[in-house]
Amino acid sequence: MIETMTRVAAARYSELAARSGKEVRIGDKRIALFKLTNGDVRVIENQSPHPKGGVLSEGLVSGEYVFCPVYDWKISLIDGKVQAPDTGQVKTYEVLIEDNQVYILL
Amino acid sequence: MNKKKLVMIGNGMAGVRTVEEILKLAPEQFDITIFGKEPHPNYNRIKLSTLLQGDTNFNDIIMNPLDWYEKNNINLYTGEAVTEINKEDKTVFTDRGRKVEYDELIIATGSNSIILPIQGAEKEGVTGFRDIDDCEKMIKVSGSYKKAAVIGGGLLGLEAARGLLNLGMEVKVIHLMADLMERQLDPTASGMLKKELEAQGMEFLMEKQTIEILGDDRVTGLRFKDGSEIDADLVVMAIGIRANNAVAKENGIYINRGIVVNDFMETNIPNVYAVGECAEHREIVYGLVAPLYEQGKVLAARLCGKENASYQGSVTGTGLKVSGVDLYSAGEIQDDETTKAIKVHNEFDGVYKKILIRDNKIVGIVLYGDTNDSTKLFRILSKKEDISGMTSVSLLQSENSGEEGENIAAMPDDELVCGCNGVTKGTIVEAIHTQGLTSVDQVSCCTNAGRSCGRCKGMVGRILSHTLGESFKADLQKISLCSCTTLSRDEVVAEIKEKGLTNIREVMNVLEWKNEEGCTKCRPALNYYLGMIYMDEYKDDRDSRLVNEKMHANIQKDGTYSVVPRMYGGVTTAEDLKKIGVVAEKYNVPLVKLTGGQRIGLFGVKKEDLPAIWEELGMPSGYAYGKTLRTVKTCVGAQFCRYGTQDSMSLGIRLEKKFERLDTPHKVKMGVSACPRNCAEAGIKDIGVVGIDGGWEMYVAGNGGVDLRAGDLLCTVKNEDEVMEMAGAYLQYYRETARYMERTSKWLDRVGLKKVQEVLADEQTRKSLNERMDKTLQKYIEPWNDAIEHEQILEKYYKVTEKN
Ligand code: SRM
Ligand SMILES: Cc1cc2nc3c(=O)[nH]c(=O)nc-3n(C[C@H](O)[C@H](O)[C@H](O)COP(=O)(O)OP(=O)(O)OC[C@H]3O[C@@H](n4cnc5c(N)ncnc54)[C@H](O)[C@@H]3O)c2cc1C
Ligand code: SF4
Ligand code: FES
Repeated sequence: MIETMTRVAAARYSELAARSGKEVRIGDKRIALFKLTNGDVRVIENQSPHPKGGVLSEGLVSGEYVFCPVYDWKISLIDGKVQAPDTGQVKTYEVLIEDNQVYILL
Repeated sequence: MNKKKLVMIGNGMAGVRTVEEILKLAPEQFDITIFGKEPHPNYNRIKLSTLLQGDTNFNDIIMNPLDWYEKNNINLYTGEAVTEINKEDKTVFTDRGRKVEYDELIIATGSNSIILPIQGAEKEGVTGFRDIDDCEKMIKVSGSYKKAAVIGGGLLGLEAARGLLNLGMEVKVIHLMADLMERQLDPTASGMLKKELEAQGMEFLMEKQTIEILGDDRVTGLRFKDGSEIDADLVVMAIGIRANNAVAKENGIYINRGIVVNDFMETNIPNVYAVGECAEHREIVYGLVAPLYEQGKVLAARLCGKENASYQGSVTGTGLKVSGVDLYSAGEIQDDETTKAIKVHNEFDGVYKKILIRDNKIVGIVLYGDTNDSTKLFRILSKKEDISGMTSVSLLQSENSGEEGENIAAMPDDELVCGCNGVTKGTIVEAIHTQGLTSVDQVSCCTNAGRSCGRCKGMVGRILSHTLGESFKADLQKISLCSCTTLSRDEVVAEIKEKGLTNIREVMNVLEWKNEEGCTKCRPALNYYLGMIYMDEYKDDRDSRLVNEKMHANIQKDGTYSVVPRMYGGVTTAEDLKKIGVVAEKYNVPLVKLTGGQRIGLFGVKKEDLPAIWEELGMPSGYAYGKTLRTVKTCVGAQFCRYGTQDSMSLGIRLEKKFERLDTPHKVKMGVSACPRNCAEAGIKDIGVVGIDGGWEMYVAGNGGVDLRAGDLLCTVKNEDEVMEMAGAYLQYYRETARYMERTSKWLDRVGLKKVQEVLADEQTRKSLNERMDKTLQKYIEPWNDAIEHEQILEKYYKVTEKN
């Protein structure tokens, strides 16, 4: 089966603030975009894997991790893995940056 | 028994250390007299750089307070200089006409700043950088002038320049050579340093020779050899120091560059010794404390008749005490035909390391950006170890890589941990074991490690936790700020002040945080401490606040927010009620509720609707989400109630208006009732005020939350003004001493009601606490309005992008 990927223009790279998250809604998908201190952009689903849920875009960003703002879980922005002692994984998305345009690959 | 009379000229670092060593070896042998020209007890001169930045105060840098002299029966004469030595009578004379006899005489007069002998050097506004007096001068000038020029781009000059930047001045550094710190760094490292300092705001004029200082009485500028000029209101000469041997001159004491001494610190005159920066040993005059302390040890042993050791000279390593700059150098600096170099240059991370090798031995080290290897490399250099068996990788492997415990375990006992005081790992471990030490401060006390520049304290802490093992680690975790550091709240706050750290990134860098960007425990805490310390100039780091404070709204489980506007003292108006009604309807707010804090909350608001709702309400934020003043509940009181003895509503409103928005370690709630029936529940508030006939009772540390606690009576006062004054002082004392996230109830239990009462009993203390409080309160602005007015804030925090 061939999977087709759609790319969605989600933000202008220069307008993203470092160490900060941004919520993007694409159709009914809620997605959180983070720009790290090193300039990388990481994209994950804006939904904590915590049983009670909660958004992630407003979490505190430290290096390549975001701390869930509601229950303080530490989550990797690289692979979406929840760090010990908690467990779980958030869906991650690929990003493409071309000419200051940030695309999310869905 | 007749004690021998020991007299010392100079009350500085090397001299007093020598006396400390003497007291250790033979506490009863001498009757000691010390003369010091400065009007202070012995202080840590190294820390003048931080004093200049205005972040440490003088008390913090005193090493031997006056009662130390008293306890050890030392006759101390401060503000009094010795002007003459009479070697025949064995007496000294002072500028106050005092004459004192000696059996043994130590000269420890240090050095003076070199002042360029150019035209205008005597003008007002020209200073060296050597003592407290110089610092006070600079701090004073910075209060009324803007432009500073520092002549000299060496260690001292750059530290002075950094201090002046912190004092809010524009700083130009003038350097004669092409490279900064050319005696400690090679051109590559020097270039990196220059770039960093430029980024910090320093301006450099390189290869410039100053020939004249311009101005009438006061300096107004500098002229250079090439004819160019600059404006300057302050000129700091930091081109070097010269041994101060004025008293030794004309007395037949042999002087070259310094007072010449042999391997036992003896001068050519019997019973006269010299130690410290005024002494010259084997043609070297040292300018760092490490060798001077070694000299002091040798001299002490000599004077006490323990003759085993002699002084053989020292190899020294240097660093620069400017935050954001990590550099270290020792030994030879420049490559030549006889040396081979191992170099690592990682431009991306800003790291440069160079090791110079001759005949399989390290002869020079230059490290920039990462100085973790410095102790190891310095040991190999100073021991002249043969390195032919080592690979360049193993030489340059940072001690921080890998398991920390393993690194400490692998560290040889004779490795130097504290360069300033020559303290090895073995000495520290032994002291921990034999004397049962459990804190870095205790180790400092017993071994001297960490007592000078302080850069080794982190390593001392790691050795301590490694030596004491798991039990200690668990203990340490409990009191440390978070798992990113082993330092406790008090240690972190002290370091911030001492080192003049001004932002979170700097704190984490300098104090060697384990996670580069911290976590949800330390980031908000550091943001609070910095804001508390630098009352009006700290730039709040909004992204280090947790979601509620960052968004100025309380997040709910489904990602919506609540909006709770201020309703001062629980008193509202028909107009405000209407506005709330209209907004609730227009935005379909799912829940409108009276909160437990006597006001109205709108719950379930969508993030993107927050700014519009705030704007339409036009009311200030009630901060129902912050570590700050929440509500001041009031009862109707004397205005209406038949029992009321005081006007509780207006006092409540006054309190709320005064302290709203203030950052506090945890949330603070207040209540004001007009009689002891206490309808406003003032007995379970952080500050509760209860009206009585002819005055007010003030209760503190009440809590209605998880650990229910009734407030304690702090004091009874006569009128509203006194309530305001006491509340301000109490809150500020809490702000300055509590741990972040420690509610007043827990804090008071820890500190003790009595202690707090004692502190607040002093009028002067109350006054200065209130001054700091008032200064702090000036910086706040209304956050909802701020968001509405600033597109960048709206864009960054509240906009949601919608795509199909
Ligand atoms: C809205 C309100 C409940 C209500 O419907 O009335 C409320 C709501 C919350 N309280 Fe409260 N507290 C409210 C009055 C109180 C009171 C009563 C009071 O102020 O007189 C108390 C007990 C008194 C006290 O604090 O001493 C109270 C003790 C707590 C505690 C326990 C504090 C403690 O030290 O033990 C927490 C948890 C915490 O702060 O860590 C808490 C935490 C919370 C949080 C902020 C939990 C959170 O982080 O999400 C709730 C936010 C809900 C939301 O979506 O906005 N709330 N909370 C009240 C808002 C008052 C206001 O106008 O600002
Ligand atoms: C800003 C600054 C930063 C420094 N940073 C470092 C550093 O990071 N690391 C490091 O190792 N070193 C540093 N140093 C150097 C270090 O402070 C000195 O090496 C050390 O203080 C020298 O000790 P001393 O006792 O010889 O002289 P001092 O500490 O200068 O003491 C001499 C004292 O004698 C007094 N005196 C002089 N003449 C008379 C007299 N006739 N009668 C009575 N009293 C007299 C002087 O007033 C002075 O108080 C720094 C120095 C400065 C100024
Ligand atoms: S506290 Fe006293 S004065 Fe206030 S309402 Fe209650 S009874 Fe009245
Ligand atoms: S290295 Fe300076 S005090 Fe230890």
